[in-house]
Amino acid sequence: MAVLEVRDLAKQFGGIHAVEGVSFDVNEGEILGIIGPNGSGKSTLFNCILGQLRPSGGEVRLDGRAVTGMRPCDLNRLGVSRTFQLLQVFPELTVRENLILAAQEHNGSMVSRLFGPRDVGLTGDANRMIEFFRLGHLAEAKAGGLSYGQQKLLDAAMAFMAGPRLVLLDEPAGGVNLTMLANLRDRLEAINREGATFVVIEHNMEFVMSLCSRIVVLAEGRIIAEGAPETVRRDPKVIEAYLGH
Amino acid sequence: MNSRVLGAAAGLAIIAALIAAPFGLKPYGIYILTLWAVTTIAAIGLNLTLGYAGQISLAQGAFVGIGAYAAALLTTHGWPLGSAYVVAAVACFAIGWLLGYPALRVQHHYLAFVTLAFSTLVYLVFRNEEWITGGIYGISNIPRPSLFGYLLRSPRDFYYFCLGNLVLVSLAAWWLIRSPWGRAFVALRENPLRALSLGVDTRRYTLMAFALGAGLGGISGVLYAPLVQYIDPTPFSLLLSLNLLLMVIVGGSGYFFGPFVGAIIAVLLPEWLQAASKYYLFYYAAFVMGLLIVSPSGIIGFFEKRFTAMRKVEPPPTPPTEVKVA
Amino acid sequence: MADFIQLLVAGLATGGIYALVAIGFTLLWQTSQTINFAQGEFVMLPAFFILIAMGAFGVPFWGAVVIGILVSAIVLGVLFKRLLVDPMIRHGVLPLAIATMALALFLKEAAKDFYSAEAQPFPPLAADINVSFLGATVALQSLIVLAIALAAVIALQFFLNRTQTGRMMQATAQNPNVARILGIPVDRMILIAFIINAVLAALASALVTPIYLAKFSNGEYLGIAAFIAAIVGGFNQVRGAIVGGLLLGVVDNFAAAYLSAQYRAAIPLILLIMVILFRPQGLLGRLEERTV
Repeated sequence: MAVLEVRDLAKQFGGIHAVEGVSFDVNEGEILGIIGPNGSGKSTLFNCILGQLRPSGGEVRLDGRAVTGMRPCDLNRLGVSRTFQLLQVFPELTVRENLILAAQEHNGSMVSRLFGPRDVGLTGDANRMIEFFRLGHLAEAKAGGLSYGQQKLLDAAMAFMAGPRLVLLDEPAGGVNLTMLANLRDRLEAINREGATFVVIEHNMEFVMSLCSRIVVLAEGRIIAEGAPETVRRDPKVIEAYLGH
Repeated sequence: MNSRVLGAAAGLAIIAALIAAPFGLKPYGIYILTLWAVTTIAAIGLNLTLGYAGQISLAQGAFVGIGAYAAALLTTHGWPLGSAYVVAAVACFAIGWLLGYPALRVQHHYLAFVTLAFSTLVYLVFRNEEWITGGIYGISNIPRPSLFGYLLRSPRDFYYFCLGNLVLVSLAAWWLIRSPWGRAFVALRENPLRALSLGVDTRRYTLMAFALGAGLGGISGVLYAPLVQYIDPTPFSLLLSLNLLLMVIVGGSGYFFGPFVGAIIAVLLPEWLQAASKYYLFYYAAFVMGLLIVSPSGIIGFFEKRFTAMRKVEPPPTPPTEVKVA
Repeated sequence: MADFIQLLVAGLATGGIYALVAIGFTLLWQTSQTINFAQGEFVMLPAFFILIAMGAFGVPFWGAVVIGILVSAIVLGVLFKRLLVDPMIRHGVLPLAIATMALALFLKEAAKDFYSAEAQPFPPLAADINVSFLGATVALQSLIVLAIALAAVIALQFFLNRTQTGRMMQATAQNPNVARILGIPVDRMILIAFIINAVLAALASALVTPIYLAKFSNGEYLGIAAFIAAIVGGFNQVRGAIVGGLLLGVVDNFAAAYLSAQYRAAIPLILLIMVILFRPQGLLGRLEERTV
């Protein structure tokens, strides 16, 4: 059984079919890439899977359990997290506070969070995450003061903080310089070796091809190709989708 | 000197001054100081809803009214003030929770309208339901409470009672803000979308923010009734909600001490100015305008910005970006 | 039936005044996210400018009205924008809204302290006679007020829809960011909106003060009326403000005729509550959905 199963997912906005008949699996421990030209429906697909948008049709299953249209916070507590295309860290909180926030709702209940310890027992995990993403010296700095690349790392760290089953990364390489990009890819591969499963939407071909074990190609809301990076890269339908517009 | 020590010393000095104050004041002065303490409690509630959780509410005055009428009705029928606390807190918490539901569907100015409508509705009920509230004739002869058998009748005794309430509320608010709930509220205010994706149940925290703020408004009202000993609908109109909003913004929205300072400005400043000039409201209005032009984030915001600007901010050093070449 | 027409005309006249005030209010919100709590005082104050022009400078009434409008345009339009709004607008809606609350108090106290706390007589626009209209007896005043208000609204609509500046203003009101990208001088458009607001408020002042006399406290009720009219009609539409104002005027007038004073005062509030609960975007407004 795959970690994530998407079956015939569809989303319409009025007359526009942003996503149509999309089906694919995400297997344990793999890094799946989703690529496609602008407007092909990648972000809409993510938002439908994550509950940000209500799908017009189709089904999403997490470890066999139906989660279609579930609220993002409930889905997150089942073990699915995400990063956003536009950076979304909390600038007024410190780096460590951001990380604690990212996982605090997974520990205990509302009552225990009111009367229990301030850090919900998460300082250790937060410190480990800071170490892993090489943000050590910035633990006490306000997230708003970090450089763009550092915020990207923090964003990724927040997604992994609660030990999720599955992480969906929305254009993680966007706007990041080459050195930081290599750093990011290195950290993602390391976390993958520890058993994390993820799905990556990306435009940066080199990043996707080198990171992902399997690729799905979307065009005009439908899947037009699927397979290993090298196969997909040479598929004439894919080339046409990118160049043919 | 270490800023923490300085802060603690200043805090102790202020508390000492608050305790000593009634000895140098006439009864009217003590009354105004008590009014400040009672109003601050309502402002703390609004600061929680608006300043920390980012939810606009123009209904806080209505909750103060509900608390006041609850206290007036119960105590004039022989019940102790303690029962009023329970009734007011529970009623306002529940109604505040319900008032939060529109907040889930609309935002910003529409939410302001809904809370405004609620505030107006409550005011109309106060004014027209004579059989409960006495309508425009109000409820009089509201007794002062007793604590462990000791009647807190004198202005000074009742002042200390209210000051004690303020201290307890402040401690509770401090605890709440520093807790994971406080963190979740800030996330709700700053970026609800992101918070949702991190597992923060924004729906529940939004309702909670309204409920808690409303509950504190109710408690403020419970103390207001025995303070003035006669209530009618007039003080609980939309004007009170707007005035509380002014206190939160002028003091500094989202800062812990904002409500305290804001209540000083709105309650005490006009009194002080009145002694100096018969045009005191004119000067008061000019002062508030000038203050906001200079510092839109309020008084505490002003000091916080100066303080962080003064401290040398070292840019975080860029991390070593050596990459393992496999 | 005659009674009905009389009340209707009188209500429309008052409603026309409310509409003028509500239009400006809506324009300020649309173009610059300014909630002007001093809007009522903006209608109270020009009457005093007019009285001063007549009293201290001996200008005849209609000349004084023109002067009053000009002074309002400068003080309540340009100065208001440059001194109060511009420094604060970057910091969000609330601090500016609170500042306008303080401004309301400031203007009210200024009128009270530096002119008079007593109500001042104000020249009427027309003789206090009644005319026959549609089979009913209505006050000439009402018809004149209605006519002037209508003329002002038509002039404004013409400006907004038929002139280039007006269309640029509409673009600014609908989406300032896109307007800026299109090369529209957004800041100048916002300034024009503020000036229009001041002019409309001054005109409303000349129309309404004969009834209430010039008093520093006039702003309270008029401010609330403008607010209710704008919300009821639809906060994001100028047409909404017109409809809201007229509706409020008519409803208020009928309530005054048929209900006791106590209930009459509640009617505008009840209208407000019903609109907010059942149609929060206002009668003519468009609903802006929450994204989360």
